[in-house]
Amino acid sequence: MAQAWRKDIGFRAGTGVFALLLIGIVGAIGVELTLQSMKSINQFGLDFWRTEIWDPVAGEFGALPFIWGTLYSSILALLLATPIALGIAVFISELCPAALRQPLVFLTELLAAIPSIVYGLWGIFVLVPAVRTLEASLPGAVRSLPMFSGPPLGLGMLSAALVLAIMVIPFSSSVAREVLKSVPSAQREAAYALGATRFEAIRAALFYARTGIIGAVMLGFGRALGETMAVTMVIGNNPQVSVSLFAPQYTMAAVIANEFTEAADELYLAALVEIGLVLFIITLVVNTMSRLLIWSMARSGAKAPAAEPAAAAVPGTA
Amino acid sequence: MTDTLRKLLSSAFVGFCALSVLIALVPLAFILFFVVTQGIRAINFDFFTHLPRPVGETGGGMANAIVGTLIVTGLASLMAVPIGIVSGIYMSEYAGTRFAAAARFAADTLNGVPSIVVGVFAYGVAVLPFKQFSAMAGGFALGVMMIPIIARTTEELLLLVPGSMREGALALGATRARAVFTVVLPAALPGIVTGVVLALARIAGETAPLLFTSFNNRFFTTSLTQPISTLTVQVFTYATGPYEDWHRQAWAGALVLVTIVLLCSLLARFATRRLERMHARS
Repeated sequence: MAQAWRKDIGFRAGTGVFALLLIGIVGAIGVELTLQSMKSINQFGLDFWRTEIWDPVAGEFGALPFIWGTLYSSILALLLATPIALGIAVFISELCPAALRQPLVFLTELLAAIPSIVYGLWGIFVLVPAVRTLEASLPGAVRSLPMFSGPPLGLGMLSAALVLAIMVIPFSSSVAREVLKSVPSAQREAAYALGATRFEAIRAALFYARTGIIGAVMLGFGRALGETMAVTMVIGNNPQVSVSLFAPQYTMAAVIANEFTEAADELYLAALVEIGLVLFIITLVVNTMSRLLIWSMARSGAKAPAAEPAAAAVPGTA
Repeated sequence: MTDTLRKLLSSAFVGFCALSVLIALVPLAFILFFVVTQGIRAINFDFFTHLPRPVGETGGGMANAIVGTLIVTGLASLMAVPIGIVSGIYMSEYAGTRFAAAARFAADTLNGVPSIVVGVFAYGVAVLPFKQFSAMAGGFALGVMMIPIIARTTEELLLLVPGSMREGALALGATRARAVFTVVLPAALPGIVTGVVLALARIAGETAPLLFTSFNNRFFTTSLTQPISTLTVQVFTYATGPYEDWHRQAWAGALVLVTIVLLCSLLARFATRRLERMHARS
């Protein structure tokens, strides 16, 4: 008896070491990035994030254009993707015939399974030319607005936001779908019993699930912030702060992808690692908040919602 | 609000939801259409058997990149499958404990870390100390991304195994380890294998973590300590390069990548169906 108990302790400790490894890796990423970026942190301090000039040759490193580009592109993508993602979630979980459900889930999740590099390739050769034509065809009155100023290059913020929106849709919609599934059917039935239309009943369900829905949207935001290849290939890679959708800009992930192997001196490399460190911290905060929201929804709801598309191979969070 | 207006609004809403599905499926169809049509025009036997030609010459293939992708993803699995499965076992066996919750949180966090950041981390851990880009470093980076996927899948699937099976084994005097390894784990194994296949499909499509770990190599190599070419990095190089023939090959590479992903997804789907039917019967 006592021996079996001792063996169980051994089993627990043995498997526990591997679980500890998971926690260790996350910690190691934070420590490693901090150590590698010390040089830049010491040299520039907070000014790093307030300076607009990025000129590695002259030794000037300001990361404002990158953080701007990352936030701007992700927010635009979110604005485009959220209504569509929620529409899909509602359609699949509330409206569509049962026979259509599985195929539609499969197809939307396929969007999440296509590699980022393929989105980028498609972006360069199909989307960017299309966006260029669109930009050139806009009337002059519209083009004089600051949001649409600059030459119609195709490569730029608009293309990046579009690609990101497509890529984010499956993530937000699959979590939103699971969240909707966890809304007790009594909620909807009560609404119908009071004479609500379909829209009004679903609105009630959406309102009931609001924390989880916000969590789903934020999860998509986290994905958009860190997306690298597709954005790198279509955003134009020009470090500038501009509100123009036509302007070629740059993101944090893209500058690391493009310049990391070229960074000859230590300070340059440290500056790039610091951008990586901040990207790590931002996504950490956004993802943690989104998971907390989804969890709190799961705790109050009847059923625990799973997270993220199965095609991305992560069935389940709660 | 009048009833007619309410009904109209409701119909408009239903229409919007259906439209959103279409809006999302259009880019999917577009991407698949271009990858298949452009890819099929570009792909040939040489693509699988030849090395890249020197800059300026047309023809050649990505034989080295295909082998490189196999090697790097193989290394990643060697690292991630054992770590992922065993930590998944811990999280499911001791599901209620604080430590399991912390590990679960770490796994979800790791899963959300941008792939480019994993690349920077792997550069610091597996490239800088050896002053050498290598297949090993690339495998390490992809392994780090793969661990949380496998850990969470394993955990979920182990929790699905009926408690009575574990209890039966324990009641017969089996230790916890024996109950897990001879009863619970085998019951969940087909699902776990499916999860590993899906994880592999996703990992094989990663580019960003490889840019400065396994880097790229124009030559054929199977050395684990040398830079190595991979399909994704090669597609990136070719897509952003100036030559027509490079673009052609990039589409061919994309076709191969998408085919891998599609096959794995379909395979996994098929396997899951069978599993569900099996569970329904028992």
